Amino acid sequence: MSTMTQSDLPGVGMTPGNIRSKKLPLAMNLAVAVVAFGLAAAIVYGFGIGNWVLVVVLGWVLYLVGLLIAASRVEGRRAARNRAWRSLIYSACILAILPLASVVWTLISKGVQRLDGDFFNSSMNNIGARDPGGGAYHAIIGTIQQVGIATIIAVPLGVLGAIYLVEYGRGRFANTVRFFVDVMTGIPSIVAGLFILSFWVLIVSPWFNNGEPRFSGFAAALALSVLMLPTIVRSTEEMLRLVPGPLREGAYALGVPQWKTILKIVVPTALPGIVTGVMLAIARAAGETAPVLLVAGGAAAINFDPFNGNQSSLALFVYQQAGDASKYAPARAWTAALTLVAIVLILTIAAKMLARRNSLTR
Amino acid sequence: MAKRIEASNVTSYYGSFKAIDSISMTVEPKSITALIGPSGCGKSTFLRSINRMHEVLPGARIEGRLTIDDQNIYDADVDVTAVRRMIGMVFQRPNPFPTMSIYENVVAGLKLNGVKKKSHLDDAAEASLRSANLWEEVKDRLGRPGAGLSGGQQQRLCIARTIAVEPQVVLMDEPCSALDPISTLAIEDLMFKLKDRFTIIIVTHNMQQAARVSDKTGFFSIDKTGDPGRLIEYDDTQKIFSNPTQKKTEDYITGRFG
Repeated sequence: MSTMTQSDLPGVGMTPGNIRSKKLPLAMNLAVAVVAFGLAAAIVYGFGIGNWVLVVVLGWVLYLVGLLIAASRVEGRRAARNRAWRSLIYSACILAILPLASVVWTLISKGVQRLDGDFFNSSMNNIGARDPGGGAYHAIIGTIQQVGIATIIAVPLGVLGAIYLVEYGRGRFANTVRFFVDVMTGIPSIVAGLFILSFWVLIVSPWFNNGEPRFSGFAAALALSVLMLPTIVRSTEEMLRLVPGPLREGAYALGVPQWKTILKIVVPTALPGIVTGVMLAIARAAGETAPVLLVAGGAAAINFDPFNGNQSSLALFVYQQAGDASKYAPARAWTAALTLVAIVLILTIAAKMLARRNSLTR
Repeated sequence: MAKRIEASNVTSYYGSFKAIDSISMTVEPKSITALIGPSGCGKSTFLRSINRMHEVLPGARIEGRLTIDDQNIYDADVDVTAVRRMIGMVFQRPNPFPTMSIYENVVAGLKLNGVKKKSHLDDAAEASLRSANLWEEVKDRLGRPGAGLSGGQQQRLCIARTIAVEPQVVLMDEPCSALDPISTLAIEDLMFKLKDRFTIIIVTHNMQQAARVSDKTGFFSIDKTGDPGRLIEYDDTQKIFSNPTQKKTEDYITGRFG
């Protein structure tokens, strides 16, 4: 190779030795914003093609374009490109939060109307189309019992399954298990409901009930656990894989057996992540309507016994009230939806705090 | 109660790849033995064979005999966890358990092996931390997380954790490679102190370190990439560094190769 010095290399468009660059002044930034939104308003109202929403959207796009042009004039290409990407990322973030904020706002504003003691103290038993009262007490009980039982079934199975896949599983069998877990992730909830209907309700439950098939909250819990299982297995598996190998070896080197290493070192290290996965699964299960409708049947009255007879759940309650002809029903549906979101939120926060208490803070 | 280690024709594989080929050496009790050599020559593999840590990796296996006071640790009826309790190991990167405090880290080996008595654990924690020259620095914050210590302190914490279970042999896999010179010195001092009680084998890339701390030195090398590592020369450290018998050893030590 011939002699090639630094100066022969293709330049990066910088003057060597100059580390200062011009910044776009704030006044110019604001001026661009004013022009952009003014122009947007003029276009939208001038042609009469929309309302303030379109003004905001169009104004924002014009503002970004204008800012990019102004920045590339004043600050140079590299800085302008940086600015463009940053504003895109911020815009995407705001766009992603908007629907969520909108959902929360709608829930609260419409749900607050029936947020009274009656709602949490009474069921829909003997509530006719003309009665303004009624509540979701029975549905709250149903949701808590069904999701609780489903969690008790799915969490140990899922976590142990994930431990098998990560720590012990080798070769064909583990790959097969992993494949079927992936397939299970895509099962529509109605299919899980049908499975439990044909298997549990129609075949198994008659044994306990003098030959008669019987709906129950427990059957709904079974269907929900089928839905929760793959989520828990996959998220736990990913979290366990993130635990560094040297940590396991460190425990082995102390003469700690493998099962104790998993129980006392690996799982506690991955616990916050495992809890997040479990909470996602719980949130999904709490929002399912179809399986509960299929195998628990839904009910208007309070039923504390998950093993016997029809039960409702909050999601099913929302579905039924939203489709009800009574003029008082929509308000009940909104409040039930708000209650459901609140329960999931409280559970998530509680679980996170529990998981954090176990691990030390730096 | 330190033990003598005798390796005869130890050959280790990763799947079909032969990592080391018929290593034979004898390590005397209460001595420090250094293993040196270029990267990828099988020093660490050999070290991990001594406490059966090699087989943790999938597909890894071993041939030959490795005896600790005339017991072959690769016999079929040997309990792996008992071997590892007898032969402790300190790793290249400090690996304190992140969910545990300093105190819990030190007594982890005892606690997870069924020791429950609080007074016993407390005594063991203090004694091990003192032996690891860490007690004065951490005695007021034993409840703080082990991962919050500096790198050198973390490594000494891992040494304290290792010696808390009273092993007879301590293996060290480049224990100072992630540390600054002052922490390195602290750990070398510590090794001299521990030599009275334990047999120590250390893998190191730092030849000055090998010359400073060890009684005996083994030089490993490979002919070319893909070949298994071999033990080229094993002798008193004094002799290896002043008058090696093998040309390869001399080249490596004088810096002409590797």
